[in-house]
Amino acid sequence: MIALQVNGRQVSVTAEAATPLLDVLRNQLELKGSRYGCGLEQCGSCMVLVDGEPVYACSREIGTVAGRSVTTIEGIGSVAQPHPLQQAFLDEQAGQCGYCLSGILMSAKALLDRNPSPTRADIVAALDKHLCRCGAHPRILRAVEKAAAMLRKGSRS
Amino acid sequence: MSDTLPLSIQTNRRMDKWLRFNPDRTVRLAVGKVELGQGNVTALAQIAADELDVSLDRIAVLSGDTQDAPDEGQTTSSQSIEVSGRSVRLVSAELRARVLERLARRLNCSPAELSVEDGVIRRAGSPTGHDYWNFSTAEDFAPDIEGTATPKPHTAYRVVGKPVPRRDLPAKVSGAAFIHDMVRPDMLHARILRQPCRGAHLASFDEAAVRRAERGAFRVVRVGDFLAFVGADETVVQRAAAVAPLHARWEGVRQIGADQQEASSLVGAPSNDRVLGTDQPASETQPIVTASYSRPYVAHASLAPSCALAEFRGGHLSVWSHTQGVYPLRASLANVLGIAVDKITVRHAHGAGCYGHNGADDVAVDAAVIAMQVPDQCIRVQWRREEEFGFEPLGTAMHVTLRAALDNAGKPVDWTADIWAATHVQRPSTGGNMLTHEALPTPPPDPRPTDPPEANGGGGTRNAFALYDFPVKRVVHHLVLQPPVRTSALRGLGALPNVFAIECFMDELAERAGVDPLAYRMSMLSDPRARRLLETLAQRCNWSARGPAGSGRGLGLGWARYKNRAAYAAVAVEVEVEQEVRLRRVWCTADAGLVINPDGGRNQLEGGILQAASMTLKEQVRMAGDGITSLDWESYPILRFSEVPEIDTLIIDAPDQPTLGMGECTFGPTAAAIGNAVAHALGTRIRDMPLTRERIAAALLQ
Repeated sequence: MIALQVNGRQVSVTAEAATPLLDVLRNQLELKGSRYGCGLEQCGSCMVLVDGEPVYACSREIGTVAGRSVTTIEGIGSVAQPHPLQQAFLDEQAGQCGYCLSGILMSAKALLDRNPSPTRADIVAALDKHLCRCGAHPRILRAVEKAAAMLRKGSRS
Repeated sequence: MSDTLPLSIQTNRRMDKWLRFNPDRTVRLAVGKVELGQGNVTALAQIAADELDVSLDRIAVLSGDTQDAPDEGQTTSSQSIEVSGRSVRLVSAELRARVLERLARRLNCSPAELSVEDGVIRRAGSPTGHDYWNFSTAEDFAPDIEGTATPKPHTAYRVVGKPVPRRDLPAKVSGAAFIHDMVRPDMLHARILRQPCRGAHLASFDEAAVRRAERGAFRVVRVGDFLAFVGADETVVQRAAAVAPLHARWEGVRQIGADQQEASSLVGAPSNDRVLGTDQPASETQPIVTASYSRPYVAHASLAPSCALAEFRGGHLSVWSHTQGVYPLRASLANVLGIAVDKITVRHAHGAGCYGHNGADDVAVDAAVIAMQVPDQCIRVQWRREEEFGFEPLGTAMHVTLRAALDNAGKPVDWTADIWAATHVQRPSTGGNMLTHEALPTPPPDPRPTDPPEANGGGGTRNAFALYDFPVKRVVHHLVLQPPVRTSALRGLGALPNVFAIECFMDELAERAGVDPLAYRMSMLSDPRARRLLETLAQRCNWSARGPAGSGRGLGLGWARYKNRAAYAAVAVEVEVEQEVRLRRVWCTADAGLVINPDGGRNQLEGGILQAASMTLKEQVRMAGDGITSLDWESYPILRFSEVPEIDTLIIDAPDQPTLGMGECTFGPTAAAIGNAVAHALGTRIRDMPLTRERIAAALLQ
């Protein structure tokens, strides 16, 4: 049994220590928002946060996250109650097929948690490990800027 | 039946196949085109909402379902809005008219006195007590669709023309949304050991060695040279499949020569040749200028590996797929499995963007073949990343040689395009084979490569005829018969290489004539829509301030009318070139007739620009030995966030013109604009894509 925190909830899973975190999230915890793209840490579709830091869930072994806190896209908001980042992506229609978006949102979340007023260059640097094949990049960058502004405004009021 | 009706209606005449009034006061619109990330389903709902006079949120769309949705073939070639949109408009207008005519008879008034407001019917502005849901009966749905109802004038549209948000996006930024995320009862995961190529035979397979490497529970399903690992634990079958190739020995594997990954290898290869356009021999009037351009093999490189689910229960096969066409896939499944189409249901589920014919259909056959061996369970197959890169059909390489005989002013009087390419569309319906079929005990005959006819826009000949007022034009199409790998439809087919070649050659001819490239084009361009597009583009990119060549900074442009009859796009690109090309800014003007969803359209223009830029600058499939060797994102790099330019798009609305799809129209113009901008920056031209660091260095050494 491996105990960890997922989206604020304490969970225990039965898995070999070498099982990819992504497989546990998707197939045992039914958190399907973290997506398989390459299994090689090359595309970012599987990005989750471990103790607030972006981590490739496809290659991270479950045994290494025992006792840690994992956040997936389901942990930041929902269709009914979107996080400002998700809302900004919808406002900007920042996506086409959308497969890359949940991973990108997690890296963006980590960035904004650390730096509430990122420059365009900061955002590009934070997202550069992610691939988007549809070419939605300009909208995605705009959406992160917009979310940052929304969050700053929210924290002031 | 009128033969001017859209094909979608000609083959689906039943009203209830398209529209139904649901008891919950919604309208079910069923369409055969599917959402591939391009927003077409949202746009089709907009069209129905306006034509029926119901609010957009009452339109519930079912798309891609062989049980309940009309057969509209494949979702390809920017036809969703052009053909399906026209169909939805006609069908919706006809249903509205039928309901109103019947109510008018009941009320003894003229249908013109009746109006509809969010589904509620009024007479001269006053309530009638009737609406679609309480008044419509089976009678309204009984006759075949005639397609003769008059749709509204564009001035009456309220939802069409508005930037309506995509319907599928909220789920995609929140959690489960894709076929990959589906969970069915009794679901097993499966992975495949792929036959390296057609005709290869699995001479030996050491299952014990695989089981020593992976101790988890799985079973091996083998049918001929098709072999799959099936089990309840996805991690286990994935690991088994990953080590399996080390323990398999194949015979009869074809070998790929080192030069075969290059477009130049097409020239002189066995081909079917034809001449299009004029049949008069090429002019020998001097001067004659020729130049050759090329693009290598490229991959769709979908971000997600292909995935499908299949289950065979009670003699019926159900398949879930991110295919571009559920009905064509059903026909393929029937053919491969030898069962009747009415024993098969195929339903569309969302996948990652495919940009053409990728592994979507093949993985569905994988799942179905396993499901037939393992009945009463749901079989979920997901390809591995290296399988996606290694086995998806590729966009063919192309080699284009242009030849122009010039007059005294340096303008072409006789123009020839010589095109070498393998087929651009190789689906089972057009002479191709399903991948899995070739591994089964009775493989299908050899593929019979054909290319789409010019009536459908052509494949290698797509956009091959330059749209300038040259007196004589001809196209010589060499359809190369045996490329080293399977090739099939990739966004725009031959449009990107052809427009790249034409528009780069135009810049070269302009330079030779000592004329500004834009002015040179305008002197031979009479289409007013194209002229307006280029004039507007020139203003936006400040073309008149374009400096001299060779400064390291360049501004270039290109344009085309997609398929020579669909949407117009003109693109200008500003680059900086040192060791590599850096895209600084992109401007785009487009004319796609009446625009259904301007934001969705802009999204398509932007995406087309960036994907074409990625292909132009970076992409080439590598192959050697027994197959493709660029099997991950490091060996097949695509454009990244840090390489993306600012993009300025302007859609020039032409509401009195038919609506045209915008997903592919920027592809050729972008490649051409980059080619011309790089030549302007360097003062020397690179004619072979991708425009890599190595090619820049070589060009500067010349």
